[in-house]
Amino acid sequence: MHAESSGSQPSTGVTMNRRLLLSAMGAGGAGLALGALGHRAYASQESQQTVDDQVPFYGEHQSGIITEAQDRMHTAAFDVQARSREELIELLQNWTRAIAQMMKGQPVGTSGAVDGSYDAPPEDTGEALGLPASRLTVTIGFGRTLFEKDGKARFGLDGKLPEALIELPHFRSDMIEEARSNGDIIVQACADDPQVAVHAIRNLSRLAFGKANVRWSQIGFGRTSKTSTAQSTPRNLFGFKDGTNNIVAEHTDEINEHVWVQKQRTDQPWMVGGSYMVIRRIRMHIETWDRATLGEQENLVGRLKGSGAPLSGGEEFTAPDFTMAGSNGPIIPVDSHIAVVHPDAHQGIKMLRRGFNYTDGSDGLGRLDAGLFFIAFVTDARTHFVPIQQAMSANDAMTEYLRNTSSGLYAIVPGVREGQYLGQQLFES
Amino acid sequence: MNKTSTAVAVLVVGTLALAGCTDNTTEASTDGAISVVSTNDTCNVSTDTTAGGTIKFDVKNEGSAVTEFYLLAEDGLRIVGEVENIGPGVTRDLVVMAPQGKYFTACKPGMVGDGIRAAFTVSESADGQEVSADRAALQKNATDQYAAYVKDQTEQLVRGTEKFAEAFASGDEELAKSLYAPTRMHWERIEPVAESFGDLDPILDAREADLEAGDSFTGWHRAEKDLWAPEGYTKMSQGDREEIATKMVEDTKELYTRTQSLEFTPDQLANGAKELLDEVATGKVTGEEETFSHTDLWDFQANLEGAKIAYEDLQPLLAGTDDALDEELKTNFAALQKQLDAYREGDGFKYYQDLSDSQIKELASGVDALSEPLSKLTAVVVK
Repeated sequence: MHAESSGSQPSTGVTMNRRLLLSAMGAGGAGLALGALGHRAYASQESQQTVDDQVPFYGEHQSGIITEAQDRMHTAAFDVQARSREELIELLQNWTRAIAQMMKGQPVGTSGAVDGSYDAPPEDTGEALGLPASRLTVTIGFGRTLFEKDGKARFGLDGKLPEALIELPHFRSDMIEEARSNGDIIVQACADDPQVAVHAIRNLSRLAFGKANVRWSQIGFGRTSKTSTAQSTPRNLFGFKDGTNNIVAEHTDEINEHVWVQKQRTDQPWMVGGSYMVIRRIRMHIETWDRATLGEQENLVGRLKGSGAPLSGGEEFTAPDFTMAGSNGPIIPVDSHIAVVHPDAHQGIKMLRRGFNYTDGSDGLGRLDAGLFFIAFVTDARTHFVPIQQAMSANDAMTEYLRNTSSGLYAIVPGVREGQYLGQQLFES
Repeated sequence: MNKTSTAVAVLVVGTLALAGCTDNTTEASTDGAISVVSTNDTCNVSTDTTAGGTIKFDVKNEGSAVTEFYLLAEDGLRIVGEVENIGPGVTRDLVVMAPQGKYFTACKPGMVGDGIRAAFTVSESADGQEVSADRAALQKNATDQYAAYVKDQTEQLVRGTEKFAEAFASGDEELAKSLYAPTRMHWERIEPVAESFGDLDPILDAREADLEAGDSFTGWHRAEKDLWAPEGYTKMSQGDREEIATKMVEDTKELYTRTQSLEFTPDQLANGAKELLDEVATGKVTGEEETFSHTDLWDFQANLEGAKIAYEDLQPLLAGTDDALDEELKTNFAALQKQLDAYREGDGFKYYQDLSDSQIKELASGVDALSEPLSKLTAVVVK
């Protein structure tokens, strides 16, 4: 918690200040004047302020994976209606262009939000106008159903379905809602400002009308893991530090081992440099959890709630000692969360977790519909997710307080160079 | 409070909060707790005397092995209170109610031997604070009563399951259906105990959604699905039914055998009562437990009864210690029962799917109203 208190999230601070500045301008009547200046002047004025807020779009890998986790997320899954391969490629080209613009903090299209024809709807929806790029990243992946549906190949993609893009099995106690699971394409938008993330999904959805429509989407707040040594470990909605043991971007060997798809380990060369994204919407029984004694909560997690140290002692990053004897078996209970999912129990397998807390208001019984929108990037879900989830659903006592309501696996395409479009490696392989 | 003192207060709280992250003993000075530091070969208790009543020890383990801390009675044998499993670097609390008298404190690094002991004196209680003379006797009485209750329920469960299994296996669906919910009530009353047997619970009470590919589906809910068959479901053959029925009886008898010698602790009773209400909150009031028969309110009633028994057994430990909590629990148990009584029909209850959304919401809020104070029971009864 020391680290947390001192980790004051500088980027959020910057964004906040700019938003404050903006609203102060609005309050002073300057907002109108600014509007009249038009977006180009406005954008250039902004871009001077915001270079630090931009994550590079082009590269070997897509951004939004090892990028230092942002605080906000809007993720949407799309079902594709495009009638041809060409239409689908055109959609991906349009998206790629728009994403590159938005990640620079620019509006989409050539005329943006306010510079177009007076008689036409603006190309950009406008709600991010004047906001910095806010470290927006947009990450795209393909679900199994893009390649084949009802036993038939789609978009000429026969033979291109990676073996690793499996249909995730039903795990014990799953209560999966199909309408908020799976989908042909996944689009994850992360940013430090929720409005920027929502703007991204909204504009991409708009560009997709007629070719793809949103199957489900989810908004998340509050990252639930650290993906950089510079970040402090955040807390999940159970109040515990989450992601203490996560892979961080600086540990390149671990990233290569557990996250990126390597040439020698895939049947599909177009996936090299990509990854697989596992999504699980894990609702938490918040109300009953809050009635559990502190002792029970800590035994379920296997860590102290305050410091995040394992029950075997030490500090947050002290390695747990699963053999240390307590009065009634190991001091870290064998059915505690960390005992069940720790890499030691899974041949050293790790995942790059990049999930978010979510709240979708309350349900009909007045209870919080809230929990963890679990996201993990792995090199192969068959080895890096399924066995761990199976162990968790069978042996982890914490699952009594959880309910998995959505599930999905997506092939995250590799990154692209300028002039290429996201997914090009697949269509030209 | 003027502005200056507010700022100072905020600063102080901030400092405490920061310090508290790694060192809970900071609180010792603010809440009157006695600080205990246990190392591999010392047991440093900050005072050897205190006033009778509720006594709190903050026990910090500065050793390298897991430690325990005890407050023992004058004979050095009877445990007045204990806190186990204090990992290296970890601080745990022990809260006990102790009347005037002579005691011993003991740290037990490595959890072996008699521990490092020291004499400890409890002086007269502060005015107006009455301390029950022998809470250990009250605790024992409570857990003995509860153990007897568990035995009785499992015995009835075995008899009921035999009758149900016979009707089910012989194809007398009418009879089997009428026995299903009332018989399950014996299970539901002691659900936390039954569930504590990790091998028996899934084979007797797993719902279909609880399984993954390759798991076999047996027990109560397997029979339920066959009796209240959903559309498109193919009924079991006579042979399959017999197999399921036989297994249910065998597994229930095994449960019976194992529960005969069970002993409980007060915190298990209190936590068990809370868990029973959790069961209602997450399974019954949402209609997920009895997917096919919709007899969730029978289970609801049984969970409520089981929780009430545990509370009533523990009640002597509450009286005089936390009368307000006692009163609140009494009132809220009665209120929830009254709510549930409104749905009684004949010997049983309305089916879950016949309840309106607003009725379900009212029941859920009644469950929450009782669950919240019930979750405070453990901390009081372990004193």
